[in-house]
This record gives sequence, structure tokens and C-alpha cells, in this order.
Amino acid sequence: MYDFSYHTPSTVADAAAAMSGAEDGKILAGGQTLLPTMKQRLASPSDLVSLRGCRDLVGIASDGSTVTIGAMTTHGAVAASADVKAAIPALAALAGGIGDPQVRNRGTIGGSLANNDPAADYPAAVLGLGATVVTTKRELAAEDFFQGLFETALEEDEIITAIRFPVPKSAAYVKFDNPASRYALVGVFVAHTSGGIRVAVTGAGQDGVFRADGIEAQISAGQTPDSSSIDEGGLNTDIHASAAYRKHLIGVMAKRAAAAAS
Amino acid sequence: MSATGIGAAVKRKEDFRFLTGRGNYTDDINQPGQTYAYILRSPHAHAKINGINTDAAKAAKGVLAVFTGEDMAGVGGIPCGWGVNNKDGSPMNEPPHPALAIGKVRHVGDQVAVVVAESYAKAKDAAELIEVDYTELPAVAHMEAALAAGAPLVHDDAAPGNLCYDWELGDEAEVDAEFKNAAHVVSIDLTNNRLVPNAMEPRAAIGDYNKGTGEYTLYTTSQNPHVIRLLMGAFVLQIPEHKLRVVAPDVGGGFGSKIYHYAEEAIVTWAAGKVRRPIKWVAERSESFLSDAHGRDHISHADLAIDADGKFLGLKVYTKANMGAYLSTFSTCVPTYLYATLLAGVYTTPKIYANVKAIFTNTVPVDAYRGAGRPEATYLLERLVSKAARQLGMDQVDIRRKNFIPADAFPYQTPVALQYDSGDYEATLKKAMELADWNGFPARKAEAAGRGKLRGIGISTYLEACGIAPSAVVGSLGARAGLFESANVRVHPTGSVTIYTGSHSHGQGHETTFAQLVSETLGIPIDNVTIDHGDTNRIAFGMGTYGSRSLAVGGEAIMKALGKVVDKASKIAAHLMEASPEDVEFKDGKFTVAGTDKEVDFGTVALTAYVPHNYPHETLEPGLEENAFYDPMNFTYPGGCHICEVEIDPDTGVTQVINMTAVDDVGRVINPMIVEGQIHGGLAQGIGQALLESCEYDESGQLISGSYMDYCMPRADNFPGFQATTESTLCAHNSLGVKGCGEVGAIGSPPAVINAVLDALADLGVEDISMPATPQKIWQAIQSASVPAAAE
Repeated sequence: MYDFSYHTPSTVADAAAAMSGAEDGKILAGGQTLLPTMKQRLASPSDLVSLRGCRDLVGIASDGSTVTIGAMTTHGAVAASADVKAAIPALAALAGGIGDPQVRNRGTIGGSLANNDPAADYPAAVLGLGATVVTTKRELAAEDFFQGLFETALEEDEIITAIRFPVPKSAAYVKFDNPASRYALVGVFVAHTSGGIRVAVTGAGQDGVFRADGIEAQISAGQTPDSSSIDEGGLNTDIHASAAYRKHLIGVMAKRAAAAAS
Repeated sequence: MSATGIGAAVKRKEDFRFLTGRGNYTDDINQPGQTYAYILRSPHAHAKINGINTDAAKAAKGVLAVFTGEDMAGVGGIPCGWGVNNKDGSPMNEPPHPALAIGKVRHVGDQVAVVVAESYAKAKDAAELIEVDYTELPAVAHMEAALAAGAPLVHDDAAPGNLCYDWELGDEAEVDAEFKNAAHVVSIDLTNNRLVPNAMEPRAAIGDYNKGTGEYTLYTTSQNPHVIRLLMGAFVLQIPEHKLRVVAPDVGGGFGSKIYHYAEEAIVTWAAGKVRRPIKWVAERSESFLSDAHGRDHISHADLAIDADGKFLGLKVYTKANMGAYLSTFSTCVPTYLYATLLAGVYTTPKIYANVKAIFTNTVPVDAYRGAGRPEATYLLERLVSKAARQLGMDQVDIRRKNFIPADAFPYQTPVALQYDSGDYEATLKKAMELADWNGFPARKAEAAGRGKLRGIGISTYLEACGIAPSAVVGSLGARAGLFESANVRVHPTGSVTIYTGSHSHGQGHETTFAQLVSETLGIPIDNVTIDHGDTNRIAFGMGTYGSRSLAVGGEAIMKALGKVVDKASKIAAHLMEASPEDVEFKDGKFTVAGTDKEVDFGTVALTAYVPHNYPHETLEPGLEENAFYDPMNFTYPGGCHICEVEIDPDTGVTQVINMTAVDDVGRVINPMIVEGQIHGGLAQGIGQALLESCEYDESGQLISGSYMDYCMPRADNFPGFQATTESTLCAHNSLGVKGCGEVGAIGSPPAVINAVLDALADLGVEDISMPATPQKIWQAIQSASVPAAAE
């Protein structure tokens, strides 16, 4: 790990100010990706701005139609939240399936979304539920937030403060684990929302999470979904899964998620 | 049976310190004035080193020294411990293995330079300032590439054709003759996948030099500190034994990977002499992937000749074994004397021929990994036998029974050099079939089919050779060391006992098992016994722990020394009881004289030996301490039957192991709980190899499974509860009747798992799958099988 300046602001406004003043600053949320990357000397930020002291970013609120989760809320807290379990059980289950207990007790929803790992679980829920990402500068629709592999619409000094999830009629998330890392090799989120069926796929796409409109149409039409509409050319290939296998798994996971969400 | 003697499931004495964080591992040791080493490693699989500029690194803050291969040029290379001859009798190609690369790097991770600094971070920072001028060369990452015409040469003229040796066992023409009589010939091509050992504790080493005495000390994560002292002292650094102490303290797992003498050990010891400060090096996990010797990596073709009745007539095996870029300590014997000699397995196959080509590639060196050669032989044989059963329309069990060496045929001389001393393969088979409810399988398969799952059952009846090894035998086969073991029994004046053993415990539970031998023999409580190991200054000598040898060789040495103690103690007791030594009996810690009520306990005798006021000075020396060396007369031959039952989800290709039954003949069991634990660990690694673990290089020689993100380490939820038990015959040539249990789990299980997977997929027309049988591979196999899979 290289040397860096460490900042511990107690409000998100102070954190944003610290980022503005940094030469090459990085926000530290739960640190589950950033710290290992820094230890391997693959990242060398000049400044690390920790949000751990920003208590205004922690917490879960539910009003019956919307669940709002503070950016610094851990996966473990989401998984255990009675409010989330009652309103969007699929979201609580998704959070409870991320990593292992150590990761869930440190990793945060804001950190996961800002990192936008193409194999992360939360992007599937945010896109699948049509959530809104609230930042220090604006509110972003899920479709506008995710911009490709590890890319988001966030500006350098813009910090996620909360995510607002509209409560769906029903939803389910089913993932197929990478056998080694246990990140999602393919994860499919299916939601019955007031605006219709939404299906988001994580783990598989070369550009990260994406909506599968062909599968949405199949479920809307009451059909058992398959992956025939998925363009194999847009899917990842690695030692664990070819694009063809990922395409196949999207169909299987969609079928299972659709059944669980029906 | 006493509560702490032979056969008792005594809880492990060592676990308190391990489980409460009180272990003393190499990284826990710190010396006054200690410095830290960072090893700069090659990012290239194969490159010429045009020059190395270390000026900026040497000038960096906190840096004491930077050394490269040129600085160490006067030092010997890392030696290989076993010479293997080619078919024509000529010696193998044995290219030099410099501790720090000279002129060329030959694998990603090859050591290029070492930085010694006041802290590890400073050493690492300075290493980034080293400028290495490389010219990249084309690399051979896989054996096929290394053997291709005109392939780049890893060692240039020192190994033409990238060949280390072309070795054979048996007479090919004789075996060919058997094939002419065969009603059937069954052939198989298979790969034994390359594995990364992944001991929980990464390797570490501390070198220290005492300028007052001229003595060097090396603390290291080793399974055999005396072997390291011998190899490093005699061959690399030319430090005589009396000036070199090697300490292997608590070691967190080895699985073979900590047998070998590694360059880092020589580097820190040598450099400590240069900088006159202790130097610590601890591998990072990603460094372990790139520098711990890997395991397995064979490609084989085999043909089995069978008569009309299903009896095996002859076996021919052609294997290519990957050595990696350099010859690690025991790399050369693994695919030869620990592999081809096992190809008879538990069967009466009369004629066997094996040809093994050892190949250099631009990859991390490959050496023994839990089982070492024997899992490779077992996997080949048991896959082949199961394939033969299918091809001939025979039952999986019947074909094995028809060819078993019968229980009354021991000692049994195989056509591949070994003479088995004992075994009962029918007994382990029968018990395993009962425990696994083999006959109830069709009903379970039908039930699973109702749930949309493909259920399969697979069997492996196997044998291995361990208790390594008779020195004269291995010496005649090229071993450059003896493979005996030593023990010292020191009885203290108040009757407690310290055992100094040359075996090394790094998870095996020796501190308990060996103490049980003492408790049983001397009739004293197990808490009065300490097992000491791992320090060349305290232990007379030792060849260490590997090849499931600790109990069968190290334990026998302890028994031999204990026998001498009892002999002498009986004479002292006879003196105290005014009896003739022949009339003295020793039982349950008490010496008695037959036909009298005279009695003296062990503690009294011990005290008498050290306070010899009333003592037979004319015939006996004071004190009660004995040494023994034990050299075994034969290998030991554990074996047994493993049965695996799996369910495959045809939609995803995921295999779930539903049942894993292991019935092993490990000889006499000293501690059944420890034996079961050893077998569980072996099964986890065997199932890991079969379904999960794979070390993958790309064509350019980059390791693409270089972290746990991509290398699939088994986790608890990958396994069912194991059914592991023993059904033993006694070893016929050692006093305890013990055979060894450390490796059987990893040897017997992989073919059982793959046979189960293939059984599950047989109805779909799938005939082959390679390890690890990952979900993707199974899905692909289903897709390309001759019988179309059921529609989704």
C-alpha cells in the first residue's frame, strides 16, 4: 500500500469538500474492494476520504411505497432489516447473499453501487426495481446511473447518499455463483412493478448490469422465460464460464426468479 | 486399552495452543535487529535478462542491500534430490536452478532480486525502483507446446526438446504380447489437473548469522528441517552442519509443498551473512501461488488388455509429467517411482509397462502434493477400470472383484517392483458398499429423477505405497538421501518423558499420537509426555514428514527407543527388587517379579537412574535416555474403497456430492479421531481436485488462476458429512502394524467422484469429463453428448 492522506469527515458535506480538495481522492465506504486493491498496489489514491463517521448516511426507512437505504448501510443491516424484509424481501435476501459475513458486516450499498463491479449483486436490484440513486448533487434513475464496467454517472466529488427503492408487487433474485469467488457468474432480478415487469441481469454482461427486455416480454406474456433473446456477443467469457454458458444460465436463473416472484 | 494408549480417541494435545492463538509460527518469531526481505519476481514466463540496475533501490531510504543473481553467482544452485535415468540408462537432464535468476527468467514468479530493508514496506517500495531490462522470449506454458517441433527451449542446450527424462518401467514387448491374446482392449486418455497446494500458512523464512560463533540459523516453514539443513548447507551455501541450525517451528499445513528446499531459504540465510542482521521473508498469498511448488499435472494414455472372462491381462501407460521450469527437490521421483510402481493397484494384472516423459515448461516447478504420484496412478487406473466395466457391459463391482489380489495372496509381488505385505480389498469393499447402501442406489436414482436431478454413484478400490521408505531400495532407484527416521526418548528424573522426533508435525497431530505410544508403552499419563520436533539443534536427525511416513517410520523409531528404555529400566528395577532381569515383567507402568509381590513403579526406576545411590554401576550407566534410528524394510500399503454419490442439476451442470464413503485399511489405528480427521482432510482435497480446483496458465505463461477469485478452494458447504471409517489389516513388517493415513483420502477419492459424475451422465451418452468437473464442463458435456438432454 502506498502512502495517502486519510480524512475522516463527520458529514457527507465535509466528505464532498475533502474530495474537491484532493488531487486524486477516493471515497472509502466499507473498503471491501478498495482496500484489497490498494494493498495489492493496484490503486494509489492521494487521499482517502472515509465515510465511516458520516452517520447521516446510515439507516433504513420504509413508508409502504418506498424503501430508502442510506449509502453507508451495510449489507448485513439490509439483510437483517425487518422493514426491508417486509417491503422487499427479495432485496433483503440479495443483501444476505453477498460475500460472507465479514464482507456483509463491512460492505455498504453505496460502496457497492459506486464501484459497479459487473459481478456485484446490488446493481441487479437497483436496476431491476427501478430504484433512484440519490447523491450529494442530484437524483439519478438506475438506467442513468450505471455506465458500464466499473463506470457510473458519478462525478469525482459526487457522493451517493441514499438509494430509494419503490416497493414492487413481488420480486425475486436468483444468482449462480462463480465457484471460486462466489460473485455472481449470472444473477437475474425479476420484479413485478407498478410499471410492469422489470428484469435486470448482473454478472454476465460485458458492460455490466443490463435489462433483459426480451425476458421481460416473455414474463409479461405469461410465458416461461428463456435466454433466446439474449445476445451472446454482449456477454463475458472467462475461465469459469463462456458467453454461451452465461447465456444459458441467464435463461435458467430467469426461469427460477420468475417462478419465485410470481 | 487405556484411556490415553493405543486405540484411544484422545483429544489433540496441541489444539489448545493452536485454537487460542498461542502457536509459534515462523512469522511469530522476531529477532533483535531484524530486517525484512522482499523478493522481486519475474512478470514474464520466459525472458532474457539484459541487465539489472539496482542503484536507485540501493539508495532508497531504509534499504540495507539489494542482491541479484550475479551477487549470488558463487553460491550453488537449488539441488534436486532424486536422479532418474532415461530408458537407455543415461542420466536425466538436470539444468541449473540458481536461487536468483542469472541471464534468464523461466517462469512468472522466478526470483530476480532481493531487497533487504528496515521494513517490509520499504523493501517493497525500493523493489519498484529496480530496473530490469528484459527481452521477452516465446514461452511454453503447457506440455503440448513444450513438445512441439521447434518449441522454445526453457533450458536451451541443457534440456533439448524440453525433456528432463524419458523413463520406463517394465518390458513393452512382453506387455504387447499379452495384448495379442486379449479379447478386449480398453483405452483412455486423461489429464490429472494441476493444483496449487494453498497451505493456510504461507511460506516464510528468517535467516540469521552470529558473527561471534560463525553460526547460521534459518527459521523456516518446513516439513523437514534436517533435510533443508543438508540440502542448503551441503549443496547451496556450503555451511557445515555444526554451523547451521534449521528450525521449523509450528507450521500451518504443508501437503507436500513445504518439503522442498526453496530459493528464499537460501537467499535469506546467505544475505543475513552479508548484511550481518537477521532477515525475515514472509510470502504474500499471491506470491505463494507463483512460488510454492504446484502438484499433479499429468497427461496420460493407457490401454488395458482384458480376456473374455473380464480378467486383466496387461496394462500399458504412457504419461507426460510437467516439471515446471526447474526441478524441485522430489519432482523427478513423483511421476516415476511414486507413480508407475502403483499401476498394479489392487489387481492381479500380470504384465505392466509404463513410459513417463518429464517435461520442462515455463511454469512454477511441480512437485509432490498430498499423495504424490499415487493419486495420479489411482485416478488413471480406477477411471480405466470403470470405463472397462461400461465398455464390456460388466458390473462396476464385479470387474473389480474378479481382478482383486485375494486376501490369502500376501506377500504379493506385483509386476511393477513393489511387494505388498498385507491387505484385504474384499473386506473394505464390502464394508463401503454396506455403509453407502450401494444396492439401494437404483431407488435413490429414480427418486432423484423425479426431482429432475441426475444421480450417479462411483467407486474406487485403491491402494497406495507409503511409510516412505527403505533407504537401500530408494537409493538403488536414484534417491540421493536415506529415508529412515530417528527418535530420542529422554526420561526425566521424576518419570515424565520428552520425545525428540525427526518427524515434523504441521497439522497431523503427532504431539498426541506419539504421546499415546509412550503412554501405552510406559504406562504413564499422556500429560507426562512432550513431543519435541522441528529444531536441528535439539533433534539428533530427521528426514521429516511426507509420504504418510511419520507413524510407520518415525513412530517405529520411537517404539524402538522406548524398547531400549524399557530394557534398561527393567534392569534397574531388577536391581531394586533383587531379582534377575529375566524374571522382571513390565505392565501398566509397574515392574513386578513373577511369582512374588515385589513391585516398583516406573517413576521410582526413573528417579533411581538419576539418583543412582542404590544402582548396578558395574553393569549400567546412570540416566535413562535412549536413541534409535529406524529404517523400514518395505513400504506400507494402505488401501480401501471410496464410494461417491452425486446429484447433477442438468439445467446448470452443478454437481452436489450427496454422500462420500471412505473405508480405508490404514493398519493399526492409534487415535481413531485423528485418523478420521486426516481422512476428512484428504477427502476434501480429493473432491476439491475432482470438482473445484484447477491451476490454469494461458498460452503466454501467465497464471490466470493466481488468486482465490479464480482458484476455487473447497469450502465446507461443498461437502456432505463424510462417512469415513477404517477396516484394517496389520502391516506385516513393523512392530505397530501401522500403515499411514495422511494421504489415502486424497488418493482414493478423485476417481470415485468422477466415476459418479460419469455414472450420472451415462444415460445422456457422456463418456468422459476432465477434472475439475465444473458446472460449465458438465453443461458442455451434456450439450455435446450423443443423446440430447431433456428439454428445459
